Amino acid sequence: MKHVHDTGASVARSLSGPILGTLMLTAAAVSLALPVSAGPREQIIAGYAAKAGKPLSAARGKAFFMGTHKGGKPDTPSCTSCHTRNVHQWGRTRAGKPIAPMAVSKTPDRFTDPKKVEKWFRRNCRTVLGRECTPLEKGDVLTWLSSQ
Amino acid sequence: MKEPFAMTSKAPFVAALALLAGLAPRPGLAEGSVRQVTDPVAKEECSACHMAYQPAFLPAESWKKIFADLSNHFGEDASLDPKTEARIRNYYLRHAARWRSIPKPVPIRITELPWFTREHTRFAARAKQDPKIGSLSNCTACHRYAERGWFEND
Repeated sequence: MKHVHDTGASVARSLSGPILGTLMLTAAAVSLALPVSAGPREQIIAGYAAKAGKPLSAARGKAFFMGTHKGGKPDTPSCTSCHTRNVHQWGRTRAGKPIAPMAVSKTPDRFTDPKKVEKWFRRNCRTVLGRECTPLEKGDVLTWLSSQ
Repeated sequence: MKEPFAMTSKAPFVAALALLAGLAPRPGLAEGSVRQVTDPVAKEECSACHMAYQPAFLPAESWKKIFADLSNHFGEDASLDPKTEARIRNYYLRHAARWRSIPKPVPIRITELPWFTREHTRFAARAKQDPKIGSLSNCTACHRYAERGWFEND
């Protein structure tokens, strides 16, 4: 929403009169339409939030991602085992293949395919924690990584 | 074609040499190349964490064993939905190596096959130390065209 208003303001500086009025109306209409047309990532996160039944937290997501867990496979006690502690940098699988940064600012198409997101949470949570992650855990982690 | 894929002139000689040297369970590799993974689903799914190893590296018995335990795939959960798994499994069984005899226990690690260890022992230490390689299972670190099935030294 903020984004749309910023654009409107900069356009307003170069225009005036009836055109400006029309533009502002259009901007308002776009603002209203935004929540409906939220991107696929926002929809995925909203889905986890709805299932979790409580507000998601980026701080909790970061702690979960950085944390050392028990119950998983011995070689991978943490998300950082492969993704490293710097989510802006490339990670590496145990077989040596590079993993694109998890930070959305570095890899903009991250978390835009719900099937892919679910597949990797299922596998990696079982690998790291020995169980599937809860909607709250998934939502928290995605909230944090989206802000990075 | 830029890549040296068509180097088959030496093939009969190399194959004969290989047989003489007792390198029998290495079919398809006599020319330093194997048939590349052509199924797009197999290619995508099997190359997520490592290079999509070509089916011709192991016999069907090995692939059956590997596909039977994807939730514990060399220390990681690599499970797939049943439909995708069946498709990729079929592809690997169809294009698997045909060895004259299958060792017991049935091998599941390409890096532990006798011909592999023989040809890679001198690189084992370096592979582990060099973070750019990480492991001997990272074929493409040294074999630039490995994914396309070409394994001659680059």
